[in-house]
Amino acid sequence: MFRKRPPPEEERKVKANDREYNEKFQYASNCIMTSKYNILTFLPVNLFEQFQEVANTYFLFLLILQLIPQISSLSWFTTIVPLALVLSITAVKDATDDYFRHKSDNQVNNRQSQVLIRGSLQNEKWMNVRVGDIIKLENNQFVAADVLLLSSSEPHGLCYIETAELDGETNMKVRQSVPVTAELGDPNNLATFNGEVVCEPPNNKLDRFCGSLYWRDRKYLLTNQNMLLRGCVLRNTEACYGLVIFAGPDTKLMQNSGRTKFKRTSIDRLMNTLVLWIFGFLVCMGVILAVGNAVWEKEVGSLFQSYLPWDPPVDNFLFSAFLSFWSYVIILNTVVPISLYVSVEVIRLGHSYFINWDRQMFCSQCNTAAEARTTTLNEELGQVEYIFSDKTGTLTQNIMSFNKCSINGQTYGERTDQMGTQPKRLDFSPFNPLADPQFCFYDDKLLESVKVGDVHTHEFFRLLSLCHTVMSEEKSEGHLVYKAQSPDEGALVTAARNFGFVFRSRTPGTITTSEMGRTVTYSLLAILDFNNIRKRMSVIVRNPEGRIRLYCKGADTVLLERLHPSNLELMTVTSDHLNEYGADGLRTLALAFRDLSEEEWEVWSESHRFAGKATDCREDRLAASYDLIEQDMMLLGATAIEDKLQEGVPETIALLSLTNIKIWVLTGDKQETAVNIGYSCKMLTDDMAEVFIISGHTVQSVRQELRSARDRMMELSRSRDGGKRGGMEGWAEACFMGNGFQQDQEGDVGGGKVFHSPPLPSPPSSFMDSISGEFGLVVNGHSLAHALEADMEAEFVSTACACKAIICCRVTPLQKAQVVELIKKHKKAVTLAIGDGANDVSMIKSAHIGVGISGQEGIQAVLASDYSFAQFRFLQRLLLVHGRWSYLRMCRFLCYFFYKNFAFTMVHFWFGFFCGFSAQTVYDQYFITLYNIVYTSLPVLAMGIFDQDVPDHRSLEYPKLYEPGQLNLLFNKKEFFICIAQGIYTSVVLFFVPYAVLSNATQSNGVPLADYQTFAISTATALVIVVSVQIALDTGFWTVINHMFVWGSLGFYFTIMFALHSQTLFRIFPNQFHFVGCAQNTLLQPVVWLTIALATAICIVPVLAFRFLKLDLKPQLSDMVRYTQLVRQKRRRPAGCGIGSAWRGTGSVTESRLGARGGSRRSGYAFAHQEGFGELITSGKNMRHSSLGLVSFASRHSSSWMETLRRKKNPPNASGDCSPAPSHASDRVPPLSNSSSVLGGSQEETVTEADQNIQSVPASLSQLEASAENLTCAPVRPQTDSPGGWILTLETVQEALFGWKGAAARGNTSDNQGSPRAARESIQTE
Amino acid sequence: MVRIKKESPDRPDNTAFTQQRLPAWQPILSAGIVIPGFVLIGLAFIGVGVGLFITSRDIQVLEIDYTGTDQTSDCNKCTNPNTKNCVCTLSFNIDTLFKGPVFFYYGLTNYFQNHRRYGVSRDYKQLYGDLANFKDPSTDCAPYRLDSRNNPIVPCGSVANSLFNDTFKLYQIVNGQRNVVPFDGKGIAWWTDYNVKFKNPDVTPLQNAFNGTVKPLFWTKAVYELDFSDPSNNGFINQDFLVWMRRAALPNFRKLYRRIAEENYTNGLPAGNYSLEISYNYPVLSFNGRKKVVFSNVSWMGGKNDFLGIAYLVIGSLCVVMSVVMLIVYAKFKFPEDD
Repeated sequence: MFRKRPPPEEERKVKANDREYNEKFQYASNCIMTSKYNILTFLPVNLFEQFQEVANTYFLFLLILQLIPQISSLSWFTTIVPLALVLSITAVKDATDDYFRHKSDNQVNNRQSQVLIRGSLQNEKWMNVRVGDIIKLENNQFVAADVLLLSSSEPHGLCYIETAELDGETNMKVRQSVPVTAELGDPNNLATFNGEVVCEPPNNKLDRFCGSLYWRDRKYLLTNQNMLLRGCVLRNTEACYGLVIFAGPDTKLMQNSGRTKFKRTSIDRLMNTLVLWIFGFLVCMGVILAVGNAVWEKEVGSLFQSYLPWDPPVDNFLFSAFLSFWSYVIILNTVVPISLYVSVEVIRLGHSYFINWDRQMFCSQCNTAAEARTTTLNEELGQVEYIFSDKTGTLTQNIMSFNKCSINGQTYGERTDQMGTQPKRLDFSPFNPLADPQFCFYDDKLLESVKVGDVHTHEFFRLLSLCHTVMSEEKSEGHLVYKAQSPDEGALVTAARNFGFVFRSRTPGTITTSEMGRTVTYSLLAILDFNNIRKRMSVIVRNPEGRIRLYCKGADTVLLERLHPSNLELMTVTSDHLNEYGADGLRTLALAFRDLSEEEWEVWSESHRFAGKATDCREDRLAASYDLIEQDMMLLGATAIEDKLQEGVPETIALLSLTNIKIWVLTGDKQETAVNIGYSCKMLTDDMAEVFIISGHTVQSVRQELRSARDRMMELSRSRDGGKRGGMEGWAEACFMGNGFQQDQEGDVGGGKVFHSPPLPSPPSSFMDSISGEFGLVVNGHSLAHALEADMEAEFVSTACACKAIICCRVTPLQKAQVVELIKKHKKAVTLAIGDGANDVSMIKSAHIGVGISGQEGIQAVLASDYSFAQFRFLQRLLLVHGRWSYLRMCRFLCYFFYKNFAFTMVHFWFGFFCGFSAQTVYDQYFITLYNIVYTSLPVLAMGIFDQDVPDHRSLEYPKLYEPGQLNLLFNKKEFFICIAQGIYTSVVLFFVPYAVLSNATQSNGVPLADYQTFAISTATALVIVVSVQIALDTGFWTVINHMFVWGSLGFYFTIMFALHSQTLFRIFPNQFHFVGCAQNTLLQPVVWLTIALATAICIVPVLAFRFLKLDLKPQLSDMVRYTQLVRQKRRRPAGCGIGSAWRGTGSVTESRLGARGGSRRSGYAFAHQEGFGELITSGKNMRHSSLGLVSFASRHSSSWMETLRRKKNPPNASGDCSPAPSHASDRVPPLSNSSSVLGGSQEETVTEADQNIQSVPASLSQLEASAENLTCAPVRPQTDSPGGWILTLETVQEALFGWKGAAARGNTSDNQGSPRAARESIQTE
Repeated sequence: MVRIKKESPDRPDNTAFTQQRLPAWQPILSAGIVIPGFVLIGLAFIGVGVGLFITSRDIQVLEIDYTGTDQTSDCNKCTNPNTKNCVCTLSFNIDTLFKGPVFFYYGLTNYFQNHRRYGVSRDYKQLYGDLANFKDPSTDCAPYRLDSRNNPIVPCGSVANSLFNDTFKLYQIVNGQRNVVPFDGKGIAWWTDYNVKFKNPDVTPLQNAFNGTVKPLFWTKAVYELDFSDPSNNGFINQDFLVWMRRAALPNFRKLYRRIAEENYTNGLPAGNYSLEISYNYPVLSFNGRKKVVFSNVSWMGGKNDFLGIAYLVIGSLCVVMSVVMLIVYAKFKFPEDD
């Protein structure tokens, strides 16, 4: 910004080890600067920025006006004091913010890196690294700049990087140097390296690089494969050397980070508009009064000149009117007092502290509290409509765990915690010294089965130990470290390791394992590598006995159809298991093997070799040859891997979607992974009418896909619509039809009372709306690029917004920001972006609210964010509790604030008609100065900071309470006008009541009361009392502080008034305090008090009546919740019914649905698997020469290896109490429903009775019960309730029953009989 | 929930304040409070209103315009601006005893003492007896700061300059005899004005302090000549001057001139004929102003004030009516309070 930019580069030329040459081009240095000011520029720049605020300039303008004596109707200090205050507070805040930015910049800039200077490695700060330098990177270090990989400690110039900071993908990636430089190796050779790189100019494309290296008169092409980008972390590579190509701001990371924008809330913008309107209003008032002044001066003033001559410069009425206009602008300016801005800031600051202080948003595992890093956005948290979430590290922990498996038709890994006891974690160490102590498994049946030597189980784990592309390192005997390309594979191989089939090492031709303590070496004949189309991988091995076997693991869809026909029975059982796993959101893989005879192998390997040699369509030919041999396999079983979600993610998402917040997941991961997570965190459900996948590669196809998706949606909702209309009359029947319960109920004589009269209050249209919203959309990165093009935008938005859940995969950081911008632009809705990595920074910056997940490795996201906390689930509290409160408080504050200032100021307007439009103020100028700062500021601040309509747990219970914020109901233009009207009404009362009373009144000693000072005091006192009573009415939550402030302010008013009117003060400054003695003289008069009481009554009584009637006739949900809360408090026992339960019913709907649905299977190959690793292995490229063929080779290798892997398995600080995985079965039941006695009690009862399989049924039944309760006894007025509640409730009934049936069918016979009984019992408990 | 054995120092404090769990009173506008509240307020207002109304009715007020625009009025002769030292007489009669103490006011209409420029035009320090401001009055006083020969005017400014200078004498006509009704002019100004806000300079004789200054343009006597007979009523602390300097809030106002509570008139003005002798000096016709005199007595709540009583009655009745409406509404659309 402040740097003079050289003309845009067209081509970058970098010469290694030649600083003089490179300096010619003035490339950006590696110093990054995100701060805005330095010490010298701070004052002018900051002031300049501040005066760009309309309000500040406006007040400055007023100040100038006040300095003109002819105009000045108020002393200058009434403006300058608050203005100076505001400017300095803001300046201090800006300075602190910038200070922290400097600090973080410095921290980054001062990181150490090793630079090769004149042949020797020297430590340099990052900021001093130049383009063209050769730097050395060590394992686990961040890459300092975008560098060209020259050589590495690993063979073939390979090195591994983790790009999580950059694109969010946590699987390791391989980078390889150009062969010619890979040979350079050590610093001595590199020092003489003088190649020149010519490449593209800096850009933000993370996956592309093109350039060429010229060295020794030869040209080598460079691609992205040769580049290490800033923000990556070097993994599994001892050290490497690289040539800096792009530095600092030119790096792809920084190019992707987007500009820092000043964020404003919508309330801010509304406020600014309103301030402009008020300004217009002010001008109108001024004009009216100026015209009045002109008329008055002409008609009256000119005649009155004998007593009050015109000032010499003011020789005619027109000029006088002109001056009077400005004078009135000055005295009426208090309608927008500058203290408004200060107060808003103070309130926001208070709210931010409450966020920081919230213990329920403190993560004890990582010891991090939530932090509001920006203090200006709090109320917007109460208005969020779209959430854009990153996946890795945000929704998931990025830990894969081997969770369940099915071997030969037997499923293992169920957690048997029916009784609520934590099952014991299996201890592998006595059985297997090579076991990984981090590994968790709970089902001892599996271990037993291994121990007794079950053939299938052994073969199962043998497959897992052989069929993969993992590399192992054994630092010392028994300390195995696996380098897995994807965490899923690591998990599988580790599982096999713990169950006694330890993969120990590999060479290009062999795999050495230790099976049940016996070392076995297989010769590896072929790796049939994974790719996206095949969705499977196989290995062909020859065991020591010489038998050849093919082991295959892959997506069940592709694998099951390649089985030998004899597997049919096993396949059915396994398929059922796979369904179950899928329903739990686990990633599944099916495993199979095939015995090959020597001949078969020979034949096939010939054809394979032939295919491999083919020059054209090599891929296809290879695939075809793979296909040939992967046939007639024998099924072994299936595995289920859990991509561990963060704690509470599904519940949070369910709760948030109940508030009508739409959640988009934007991830750099591939489609399958993303979809899988979508399912496991319940964003996508099998209940969805359809999930559309947009994956076109051209504009045309994307457009086509979007359109057809939309058509399909229309069609589906139309067909529902049609069915609906037909069946409207018999809707009650329709609800129960086909679920078998109706008959059941009829058979049961006593049970009839339960469902005797379900009312059907819901208008069908909204029912359809809720149905037709149930679509999911998955968009691929390359399609997204097309969808984001200008002419496609609208199409994309309209399709996407019709869907309930949207997942975008393979998204670049910049695209994330573009998506956010798109929604901001087209939907005018408040957006929130949440993420944890550097790849989320641009999205976080462009959303209205950016949230960073802290406590993970990177801090870039947190630094760019507005709020940060450690776990995704805190989002619900941030939005539903803090956001909601902030919004409510801010709205109440603003309403009251505008009200009180209009009431205060407009009195001057009315007075104008009686004082010759001379801009005479009604009040003492000290009162005017102090009114906003002292007399009325604290109570409204207390309300703005502490007010609560309903307690925090209620707002989590009734997510609908969040809606007013999204619909912007509490403070909008209409509300504003109501406030203004009330303020003006009050001002009329406040002027005309004293006017009517006092004009002829006298004191009891005969002295008239109609003197100016008495009038001023009476009006001012009445004003202060009226606004105090009003704030007392507005305050819904009277803490000690509110009491103190309200009463204190009144006390202050009287104290200060008496002080200002005291004789002492007058004697010291006879010029300043003209109101001497006025307070006691006036306030001792009964008439004055009668006047004040009258004015107060006239102002307040209508408000009170209106509010009461509104509460009675049109209660808001929050009123009802508040009311039931109070009733409950009074009775000291929970009221199980009332409106509340209806809402509670809606609150838990999703839960029941999630539990009850049947599963869909998703392939475990969803994980971030890349093809080509098989080739890498068989070619031996990634093997150390020294290690070939040896088992215990790797001892020299870095201990950091271990750390890396450990950290992956177990996040920092993960202690014993956090590591057990949240069980799906047990956690499914209640998280959303509250602990109301009726609900909770019956739930427990049924849970213990029913089988685990159908645990979800009781949950839904108890909802059904809740809703039934609600149908029968809650007095309901359909017109006031949102119909949504009803529909969903009925839906629940229906679904619960469907679900029950489905689950029961799966269960065994006794369950089948037991559960309806349990269900019926639970219904009857009511 | 995860149990924490050792409290981490970073964990936010568990206080009611930080966790927003301060005990609080959460009022709700329930029918049980609002409806009885309205009835109570209504009844209270009606009670007060009745009291005020009755009290106010007992207060007697006699108001006589003496501007002289009316041809029949004796003061018509004085309306000519050229007439100097004009004296006119106003006769009136009182039917019943005008209960004492009786207050005698003069009133002006269409007179803008509350005009901003008018109000500003004075020098508080000067009036506080600050001699420095005798020499150099505040610029606020312009255009009545200096006279044409640049002599400072004391007291300066429009307010002082326009001091009301009509004087009144009241006679009771008893058997053709004119008995002077004694006026009491003590303590008609605010105590604080007299004792604190206005002060003569500490110079004796007072006159010396005014050397080098001129009297306000409209005045016939200097400020130190306002009451020769009584030094405690002279200069800036002259009661009439003080009363004038306390400016009125509204363009139609009256100011206390004298009290009638002495000698035979301690109980008030007996029925009979009275004659008011006015020395008519203050021109108001130029700006369509009116002048009047007012006789009034007071109650505990001051002078006659019908508005207050009526307003209280109206508001009180409205509250009661409102409470009935609310009761009906409440009964009809009952808030779901019982479970």
